[in-house]
Amino acid sequence: MEKESNSLLKEITQSEYKYGFTSDIEMVMAPIGLSEDTVRFISQKKNEPEFMLEFRLKAYRNWLTMTEPTWAHISHPPIDYQNIYYYAAPKKKKQLSSIEEVDPELIETFNKLGISLEEQKILSGVAVDAVIDSVSVKTTFSDTLSKKGIIFCSMSEAVQNHPDLVKQYLGSVVPPDDNYFAALNSAVFSDGSFCYIPKGVRCPIELSTYFRINTANTGQFERTLIIADEDAYVNYMEGCTAPMRDENQLHAAIVEIVAMKDASVKYSTVQNWYPGNKKGEGGIYNFVTKRGICKGNGAKISWTQVETGSAITWKYPSVILLGDNTIGEFYSVAVTNNYQQADTGTKMIHIGKNTRSTIVSKGISGGKSNNSYRGLVKIIKRADNARNHSQCDSLLLGDKCGAHTYPYIKVENKTSIVEHEATTSKISEDQLFYCNQRGISTEDAVGLIVNGYAKEVLKQLPMEFAIEAQKLLQISLEGSVG
Amino acid sequence: MMLSIKNLKVSINGKEILKGVNLEVNAGEVHAIMGPNGNGKSTLANVIAGSSAYDITEGEIIYKGKNLFDLSVEERACEGIFLSFQYPVEIPGVSMTNFMKAAMNAQRKYHGRDPIPAQELLAKVEQKRQLVEITEKMSGRSVNEGYSGGEKKKNEIFQMALLEPSLAILDETDSGLDIDALRVVANGVNKLKTKENAFILITHYQRLLDYIVPDFVHVLYEGRIVKSGGRELAQELEEKGYEWLKDVVVK
Repeated sequence: MEKESNSLLKEITQSEYKYGFTSDIEMVMAPIGLSEDTVRFISQKKNEPEFMLEFRLKAYRNWLTMTEPTWAHISHPPIDYQNIYYYAAPKKKKQLSSIEEVDPELIETFNKLGISLEEQKILSGVAVDAVIDSVSVKTTFSDTLSKKGIIFCSMSEAVQNHPDLVKQYLGSVVPPDDNYFAALNSAVFSDGSFCYIPKGVRCPIELSTYFRINTANTGQFERTLIIADEDAYVNYMEGCTAPMRDENQLHAAIVEIVAMKDASVKYSTVQNWYPGNKKGEGGIYNFVTKRGICKGNGAKISWTQVETGSAITWKYPSVILLGDNTIGEFYSVAVTNNYQQADTGTKMIHIGKNTRSTIVSKGISGGKSNNSYRGLVKIIKRADNARNHSQCDSLLLGDKCGAHTYPYIKVENKTSIVEHEATTSKISEDQLFYCNQRGISTEDAVGLIVNGYAKEVLKQLPMEFAIEAQKLLQISLEGSVG
Repeated sequence: MMLSIKNLKVSINGKEILKGVNLEVNAGEVHAIMGPNGNGKSTLANVIAGSSAYDITEGEIIYKGKNLFDLSVEERACEGIFLSFQYPVEIPGVSMTNFMKAAMNAQRKYHGRDPIPAQELLAKVEQKRQLVEITEKMSGRSVNEGYSGGEKKKNEIFQMALLEPSLAILDETDSGLDIDALRVVANGVNKLKTKENAFILITHYQRLLDYIVPDFVHVLYEGRIVKSGGRELAQELEEKGYEWLKDVVVK
């Protein structure tokens, strides 16, 4: 821990965005722009069965009829969808079977990211499915997992090897016409992670996936599908980084989770895509649809997110509480600094009886950023004894930033109990003076106070992630006070 | 000479609070600064610590040969100045252990030392906890969050014990304490007192001085130190109150 805080100081004084490097890896790319041909190109490149091509084309045709949503509290110049590469994959020399065969440049990239596919990772018990620019490169641990009947592979592999599961569940939680960005993703998604935990199996390790946008002008459209069968349990972690570029890059992902009877899925995200520079130039546009369904009785889905990156974040990880006695949770820390914009929150849709949901949202805004919480708690007529508790806190670090809360509550059943708490606060001069008087610099004091403020959410993260998240919070807020 | 304050004049929002304070403190000494409320005692403490809420209009403070006004709040802390706050602030979600780790490591870094190893930190926390007779398990709780008034003050002494300052200023640490808490605070100071460090006790009542014997007692009245003496001055104040000081000032 000591070492960490020491190197943390170094990072704070030296780094702006330390993941801003690009690697020279040979790429296979689709022609620029989006058309039916692009969709066919992607499907063909991936050697997909007919049903997938149909899925994509249907989504594409839907997308053509839709318009970009404008209700979020964000603003950006129009996105030119014809000026984006929709597919970029590292050129494959041959099928890879061992780590030695992986492109050394790629390994170097992973090392810079601080993730290693080798021994260290095995020791820490994490299975990694790494996605660089759309294609899953290497999945560790598959063998260990497959002994338990767990399927953890890239979405492309799942399409090839488990088409029935993909056919049954893909788009079942987020339909291809759900929203503009979901339709776009459904048409052009390149890869992602697939996970199936069979009945009664408790996944023995934390599953992890690491996303990274590399090639200039490529949108990243990954697609994740997690299915936890009856009484299964899985803890899934997602981390993201992207290199620095002057132009904005589009990212539109979909994550779908299906939890059967008594299954439990915990999904954690630490998102630190490039947020743009101090003047607000560049950065990732992150338009993501994440949704889970508690299909069977007694199922539980828990989302935890730490959002520190991206120029724009548009993201509402949600839970449909279909079964009786199901539980949905959403824990979120969203940090915005400089000119970042975040509009994020959740939707808890109570359909089953005795369903419970918890929302804890901690927004932190600095610089000239805007940070909005947008949430919907909906309790339908037949959802007897549904309960929700929402807590939305905002912390302001300056007087040029904005914090906004848009809670929507729709209750159709009188037996339900819905609670909503909200606070807005600033780091006080007294707190800073107190820390300074003990010898702690203002920069470190802000990090300490912010981490304390976000603790309720951070403690939901797996240990390894929590430490990374703490560092990120501090780095992201560099120079935010004053 | 550890601390030398010369003709210190301080105002806040244009109102002069300190009107020329002179004070000298040597290592190994305990000074008590007494006086009625609203006469500048806390202002003096905050100005030594480096609070930016005040305007210093005249005078100087020399600490260990350095001009204090050249040092930031955290530099002063790292140079060994500790303020036990009259109203300690709460920092929700930050555990006492983490907070002290951050403080100790910041101070160690200032002196070019490596961060304290975790084992050593925990052992030290335990040792100082016992020294200042804190029976509650404070170290796991968030900084001052949900503490009673007495707990907050004891926590200040605990922090002082861990940071081992050269000059500790206790701003009304005794106010609002029951007799047990008062004894804990006083014992803490007595145990931490050495020939190398010095204490400035700011207090309204002489009660604390039943437990901590000061070498010098000063009376701060209307922005000036109007009378200095030994321990017996505190007793005199206890008997006569502060009213008679008016005559002293007029003279």
